[in-house]
Amino acid sequence: MERTPSATKSSSPERWLDEHGDALFRYAFLRLRDRDAAEDAVQETLVAALTARKNFAGNSAERTWLVGILKHKLADHWRRVARTVTVDTLPDADDPDELLERFFDPANRDHWRVRPPAWSDPDAALEDKQFWGVLSDCLAALPPAQARAFSLCEFDGLDGTEACKVLGVAPTNLWVMLHRARLRLRHCLEHNWFERQR
Amino acid sequence: MRRLTCKETSLLVSQSLDRKLPWGERVAVRLHFLRCEACKRFKAQIQFLRKAVQRGAEKIEEASALKLSAPARQRIKRALRKQK
Repeated sequence: MERTPSATKSSSPERWLDEHGDALFRYAFLRLRDRDAAEDAVQETLVAALTARKNFAGNSAERTWLVGILKHKLADHWRRVARTVTVDTLPDADDPDELLERFFDPANRDHWRVRPPAWSDPDAALEDKQFWGVLSDCLAALPPAQARAFSLCEFDGLDGTEACKVLGVAPTNLWVMLHRARLRLRHCLEHNWFERQR
Repeated sequence: MRRLTCKETSLLVSQSLDRKLPWGERVAVRLHFLRCEACKRFKAQIQFLRKAVQRGAEKIEEASALKLSAPARQRIKRALRKQK
């Protein structure tokens, strides 16, 4: 979009879309794992921002203000979802014992098939730009239900009870989903990052 | 007390990040750790995973290179104009 000279900073919600739209979308997508729902959340956020514009004191950064509104929209979304569909009914909520058998050998008293080896200097990875790309890809490769459970608990730091309420699942289901997500992510990071650092 | 398998231990270890384990389970996990370096490493590594995700949320978002689709952008623009 061409920015017209008359579009001053405060009066151009379309500029919010240009400058913050993608960032808001990424924020939402990472947590919802659903393109349509994430796009809707961005739209609701900007529309709400437009009506609340005069309340924006300008003492926080515009992005922070918008993300704050988005967080409320996401919370609304979770409440709606919890009322309608529970995560258990999603097709990928449980990939039964097949996944676990990839990691643990029932013929050998459920020992690790491949024992997690030591990682050399994991903290150094946090300083490496490429590491975040790998972690992002690993998250994207999770089945949606596991990804949502993981994002809620880890990105937003919800405790188990809150996360269960939001997702509409029993605690045991949540723990099973998180366990699977962590097994997958740990394996993915090892394969795509730590093994290559050696 | 029955000995835990690695599969059971890994589930409890994962849960220990989300809730405080009851005493009996904590002891069972610790006993398992005494003879299983692999499960101990699993715990350290998923703790690292948590640290990475919490510290790097923004970096992960940026790295994801996702963008609003063009139709969505148009739709949002229309909604904003209607609202004005």
